Amino acid sequence: MSVLLEIQGLHKRFDATEVLKGVDCSVAQGEVVSIIGSSGSGKTTLLRCINMLEDFQDGRILLDGEEIGYDTRDGRRRRKPEREIARQRALTGMAFQQFNLFPHLTAAGNVMLGLIKTKRMAKEAAHQLALHWLERVGLADRADRYPGQLSGGQQQRVAIARAIAMQPKLMLFDEVTSALDPELVGEVLQVIKGLAADGMTMILVTHEMRFAFEVSSRVIFMNGGVIGEEGDPKTMFVAPKTERLAEFLKTSSFN
Amino acid sequence: MIDLNAFFDELWIARWAVLQGVATTVAISALAIVFGSFLGTVVGLALTYGGRLTRLLFRAYTDFIRGTPVLVLILAGYYVLSTIGINLTPFQAGILALAVFCSSHVGEIIRGALQAIPKGQREAAMAIGLTFPQTFVWVLLPQALRQILPTWVNTAAEMVKASTLLSVIGVAELLLRTQEIISRSFLSLEFYFFAGVLYFFVNFGIELLGKWVERKTTIPGQG
Repeated sequence: MSVLLEIQGLHKRFDATEVLKGVDCSVAQGEVVSIIGSSGSGKTTLLRCINMLEDFQDGRILLDGEEIGYDTRDGRRRRKPEREIARQRALTGMAFQQFNLFPHLTAAGNVMLGLIKTKRMAKEAAHQLALHWLERVGLADRADRYPGQLSGGQQQRVAIARAIAMQPKLMLFDEVTSALDPELVGEVLQVIKGLAADGMTMILVTHEMRFAFEVSSRVIFMNGGVIGEEGDPKTMFVAPKTERLAEFLKTSSFN
Repeated sequence: MIDLNAFFDELWIARWAVLQGVATTVAISALAIVFGSFLGTVVGLALTYGGRLTRLLFRAYTDFIRGTPVLVLILAGYYVLSTIGINLTPFQAGILALAVFCSSHVGEIIRGALQAIPKGQREAAMAIGLTFPQTFVWVLLPQALRQILPTWVNTAAEMVKASTLLSVIGVAELLLRTQEIISRSFLSLEFYFFAGVLYFFVNFGIELLGKWVERKTTIPGQG
């Protein structure tokens, strides 16, 4: 399968602290990759660099062959113009831990905003598409509700619909179930599973080990700003090669 | 005693002067609020999202303006600008001074409201490919406006009151008109009281407008 995302020597610093210390990895078309690791291991930062929510100091990220965020010309590295970065951000979709729905817009309005402003769709067409994706996440009857009138699980599903409707090449999920009550986790994971079944390429940062095990084609274990271990979920969870991962799995919810 | 007949006689004679005074007061206030709010939005944006130097400059601007009496701003706008070759009419100079004063207050209000919006709102907007201007117009401003409104109405009312100070540079607004009428009729108590009532109605109108907009923009599902 063709490579969709390629990350080479990624370094990220927050002031003096180096959070990513040289990450190399690639994701093929249609792959579902889970990133696990303890907090502070750099997994969320890695995800946020992929759509330039975080700048990074060194390394390259290539999405479908296109360099994300920076240009290197005459040996000098330059941040791309803001407009270009905005366009590139829309190539990936992102769902956040805190949903981040726009509270002043209805569920449909949330999904439509990017379609109208970024994709320059006509309002009516955008509305139709929004309804289509809301139906897809099981919320067709909630299209006119405002985020404040929806449960956490419903909000997160709207947020996923908002991202997916942009038809991104790659979906990023940043601990999307961590802020949810346990009984609402299932409905969100079900939506993600459905997207995986459709062949959507996805990267998930997650604490749900059982889910990562079930849905992923590959798992990456981040440890101290580098990739500690990666492989298929069976080998990773059942027979970890490194002591670090074994230790992490012991303290995590997977058993 | 108060002679109501004399008052109404004088009021009838001066009716056009009073109306013109009210119109001038409303025009000055409205223009100052509109320009001041535009300028204030720029100030608020610079204070919230500007680089270090930008923030420092705008911080100095707002602190300086807010620390200066409005009357001083008005006198400066009229007399000081003319010494450097910028000749404004009293009306223009007054509006400039009030707009500048208004901008420093609106700037602070907007900064507060923008900073209260969770960071995730900007990130979510960025993630669907919105540029910063788009994010501001479609995501941040609509949320900030609802928080700004009550304080903004206060500022607008302050501007109406501050517009009386323009009488010192000879702008024929309501207060100056009233004083002219009093110097002719000597009915000072009656006409000052009457002017007070007119100011009250102007500000009451602004407050009603604010309440109406607030009701219109309430987000369902939010306290």
